[in-house]
Amino acid sequence: MLNYIFGSIMLASVVYGIFSGNGDAVANSIITGAEDSVKLLTTMAGMLLLWSGIMEIASRGGFTKVIGRILSPLLKRLFKKAGDDEKALSFISMNVSANLLGLGNAATPFGISAMKELRRLSGDSDTASGDMIMFVVMNTASIQIMPTMVGVLRQSYGSTAPFDILPCVWISSVVALTVGLTLAKLLNKEKS
Amino acid sequence: MDLFMPIFIATVVIFGFVKKVELFDAFTAGAKDGIFTLLKIAPTLVGLIVAVNMLKASGLTDMLVGLITPITDSLGFPSGIVPMVLLRPISGGGSTALLTGIYRDFGPDSFTGKVASVLAGSTETTFYAIAVYFGAVNIKKIRHTLIAALSADFTAAIMAVLTVRLLLNG
Repeated sequence: MLNYIFGSIMLASVVYGIFSGNGDAVANSIITGAEDSVKLLTTMAGMLLLWSGIMEIASRGGFTKVIGRILSPLLKRLFKKAGDDEKALSFISMNVSANLLGLGNAATPFGISAMKELRRLSGDSDTASGDMIMFVVMNTASIQIMPTMVGVLRQSYGSTAPFDILPCVWISSVVALTVGLTLAKLLNKEKS
Repeated sequence: MDLFMPIFIATVVIFGFVKKVELFDAFTAGAKDGIFTLLKIAPTLVGLIVAVNMLKASGLTDMLVGLITPITDSLGFPSGIVPMVLLRPISGGGSTALLTGIYRDFGPDSFTGKVASVLAGSTETTFYAIAVYFGAVNIKKIRHTLIAALSADFTAAIMAVLTVRLLLNG
């Protein structure tokens, strides 16, 4: 799937760019895109290494189990195989709790560890398991309690009540997440 | 909320002390794993960011917005946020740029401004999450992930309009 998305985005951009007279812009975007992505990687690098290190302390001390126990009743129902696997479930719940608090940088390393566990549970196949899809969909939908970035942006543009949107944000994200997870479950035709 | 990170780290350190973990050994071992993770993500990220940049630069996104605008207008969907709905799943930075543009053009307390804010707060950069997570563990076939994830994004867009209209009276 990623092969098709990647290929068709690039092809469509080149063909449409040349056809619409934006050929130069497309040429430039290739160079700046490559630069931007490395910039992003370097900004991510410090946090990724830091959190991987902190996580290792937590995991050697058994901290993941504690948080896992708190969120597990809910997550157990969602994940077919990982629901019975303590390690996978604890990484999933740490990822979810970091996301809830709006800590994208912290959530990502937890999430990658969770994916590694899910891959182990799926028998190292290169096809996404039902649990992986459930987990990734959970991460593509936002489950933030406090969207600080939006609030700060609104305030700087002169909003009188920058956080009056909070109830709308909560309702929208819960409904969207429910739709995503329901579809992830319904479309999963894998043998259990 | 900013205190979460230091408090979390302090909690882990205290926990490590109590459980007699060799703190620095554990930290450096974990951070070393972090380097490998970073190296694994790098190719995926470079490829996808270049592709998305190309798509934006080609003008194809703008053209598609132009096609969709008449339909959204007839549905009572503010056309000002259409580019954001389309870009939101693809580029976090791009959609933030569009969000500030909406605040500038419509105002942060306008109907369009509020809908855009709710949309920004209740969705994530779908393609980025898919690339990072599946890329990190070398998953090639992602099956129905995209359909489920984009349906959630689409739901969020509709819910943003509905909730702002019902709870904030436009």
